[in-house]
Parts: sequence; C-alpha cells; structure tokens
Amino acid sequence: MSYKFDFEFLAERWPDFVAGAWLTIQLTVLAIAFGFLVGTVCALARVYGGPVLRRLVGAYVETIRNTPLLIQIFIVYFGLSSLGLKLSAEVSAVLALTINMGAYTTEIMRAGIESVQRTQLEAADCLGLTRFQTMLHVVLLPAMERVYPSLASQGVLLMLASSITSQISAEELTATANLVQSDTYRSFEVYVIVAVVYLALSALYRLGFWAISLILFERRRRLGTPL
Amino acid sequence: MIQLSFNHLVYLVEAARWTILLSVIAFIGGAMVGLPIALMRVAKSKVLRGLASGYIQLIQGTPLLIVLFLSYFGLGILGYKLDPLVAAGISFTIYAAAFLGEIWRGCIEAVPKTQWEASDCLGLNSFQQYAYVILPQALRIAIPPTVGFMVQIVKNTSLASVIGFVELARAGQIVNNSTFEPFAIFTAVAAIYFVLCYPLSVAARTLERRAHAGR
Repeated sequence: MSYKFDFEFLAERWPDFVAGAWLTIQLTVLAIAFGFLVGTVCALARVYGGPVLRRLVGAYVETIRNTPLLIQIFIVYFGLSSLGLKLSAEVSAVLALTINMGAYTTEIMRAGIESVQRTQLEAADCLGLTRFQTMLHVVLLPAMERVYPSLASQGVLLMLASSITSQISAEELTATANLVQSDTYRSFEVYVIVAVVYLALSALYRLGFWAISLILFERRRRLGTPL
Repeated sequence: MIQLSFNHLVYLVEAARWTILLSVIAFIGGAMVGLPIALMRVAKSKVLRGLASGYIQLIQGTPLLIVLFLSYFGLGILGYKLDPLVAAGISFTIYAAAFLGEIWRGCIEAVPKTQWEASDCLGLNSFQQYAYVILPQALRIAIPPTVGFMVQIVKNTSLASVIGFVELARAGQIVNNSTFEPFAIFTAVAAIYFVLCYPLSVAARTLERRAHAGR
C-alpha cells in the first residue's frame, strides 16, 4: 500500500471541526432537554390519561420507533417546507431529534412510572401532599432515578444519531467532515478524526449525565453510585 | 415536473426489497461476528475480555454514519474501492456485531450460575459447557431482545442511502427529485418502513411477555 497518511489539513481546518462539534452539542442538548419534557408529559398521559389520550400517545411512540430517523428528518425539513412551513436546517434538526427522543423517552419513563407502587401514592395521600407534590416527589423523581441509566444511554445514542442531520445540511460535525474531505480529498483521515471526536463527545455526555444524576438524586449523591 | 403516480409507489415498494436484503446481510454478518464477541466478553482471559469490550465501546461510541463513510470513502481513498453494497454490508456487520455482542453477553450472563457449577461437576469441558448447557439456555433468553434489535437494523439500513445505495430511503429521494412532493413521498416511505418494522416490534414484545410468563 503506497498511501501516506496526511493530517496536515488539520492545522488549517481545526476551527471548522470545533464549530461543527459545538453545533452538534447545541442541537443535541436542546433535543435531549425538549425530548425529555415531551417524553415525560407523554408518559404521564400514557399511564394516567384517558383511553383516547393513551391511544394517541401509543400511536406516536410506535410510529416514531418503527421508522428511520433519516426519514423523520426528511419529513420535517423537506415535507413541512413543501406544505408552507419553512424551517431552517438547524431548527428542523432540533425538531426532528426532539420528536424522536420524545418517543423513546416516553417508553422509558412509562416503565419508570409504572414501577412506582400504588402504596406509595396512598402514603403520599395520607401525608396530605398535593397532587403536584405527589407527582413530582413520589412519582416522577423516583421513576426517573430508576430508569436513569436507560435515559442516559438514549441521550448518548441521540447525540450519535444527530450525525444524520448532516443530510439536511445542518452544519454539524458530520457535515463539517463531509465538507473538509471534499476540499482536501483526505476522507480517511477526516472520518477517523471525526470518529475520535464523537467518541470524546460520548464520554463527555456520559460524564454530563452522571453529574446531572448527582444533582437530581440525593441518594446517588450520598452513595456516590457511578453510572 | 412529473406527477406522482401509482408507478412511483410500486418503485418504492420494489426498492424495499433492497432494504430487506441489506437487513438480512447486516443481521447474518452481525450474528457471525457478534457471537464470538459475546463469548470473548465472558471469556476467562482478561485480554480477550478487554479486546471485545474495547471494540464494543468504540463502535457504540461512534455514529454508524461515520463507520459507513470510513468504509466507503475512506477505504476508497486508500485504494480499496468498494461497491456501495459491500461497503454497507461491512459497516452494518461491524455495527450490528457490537450491539448483538453486548446483548448476547447479557443473555449468557443471565443463565443461572448453578448451571455452570452443575456442568463443571459433571466434568464437561468448556466447549461442552457452552454447546450443551449454557448457549441453548442463553438462546431462549436472547430471542426477544434480538428480534427487538432487528428493528434497529432495518431502520438503520436507511443510512446506506447516503453512500448512494438505492434502497428504500434513496428511492424516496429519487422519486422526490423528479416529482417534488416530499411530504407525500417520505410519508409513504415511512409507512413502508413501518410495515417492515412494526411486526418485528410486536413479535419482540410478545416473545418477551411469553418468556417472562414461562418462569
């Protein structure tokens, strides 16, 4: 093999990679946060809602979980704009990723909420907690604590999946890689670098989720249980 | 501009055959590499365990899209020009092996410890232990999550479209380029994926319920 590896383009193009990675972080942090909200609300609706609402949420979850993210992104970006709702690539990316994350979070949080025992709710009633207090302290936080590892994994998976938004020209990390490799013809080197950056981002996100768990869950803070 | 017609729908459905073929390749390749990975993951040797776990962490920490680009454009530049089908097949095998390896490791570890001890007492060697005692039981545990993962494989084959392989997602883009009805077309594409994936999802759930009822 006569190929020589050449990483010289990095000297000039590293700011592009940093900018791409930064956009990836922005897109996915927003999508994870919104997706978590959507998912939690939908999970509550799925467990405590009326039959119609439960069906609707079920249809949403099944539709999203059984179709590829790529097609969801295309529908949001190309589909909605053809119907007259013009969104920028970045907004479409966040919207599509949020919808996707929301569906998975719904299933994860539903499992958590269903694992809260009835007696806990009755005990909360006896203590005179308001509905809101019960929901927050007795249902949601303990449910979340129980399924937190799954939520964290889903968050990391979503960050990796955000590479697909490069297909609608959101200039995140993968799109940057595509651009740089078409300028330099150093595709092998470029994609190796980007793979390493994604690995680092995965580690960073795991660390972030672990830090959040320390803030949210008192028990974890005291025991220092790692993720 | 060409009007969207019934023929377009037929074209999409026909392209779905390539999606199915890719999924089958990915699953078979992933299973063939994934099983050794799973066995390495539970091996006695620290080196083997470390290698397998390193592989899994590496692949689960990089987007499949990047793996695809590496094997298609990257290897192409290095002088190994691969056909999109081959590049996609290799990438999906690498990807599926990491996930299946991890899923199956869990299944092997879920076989009760007493089974290992009992087969030890009977004087079975390692191979016999795996072949006659552990793996048959792990297989039963493994079926529901494996079927569930097949849904992920089918969905992820859509990424092969970005290296120019004409499967369902790419066919949707091609039709869209000539008719420019993205909402209708991609909804139809999504519907076809749903038809492929939903039965697998339902099967995974049913199998899981049955597996739990059995115990």
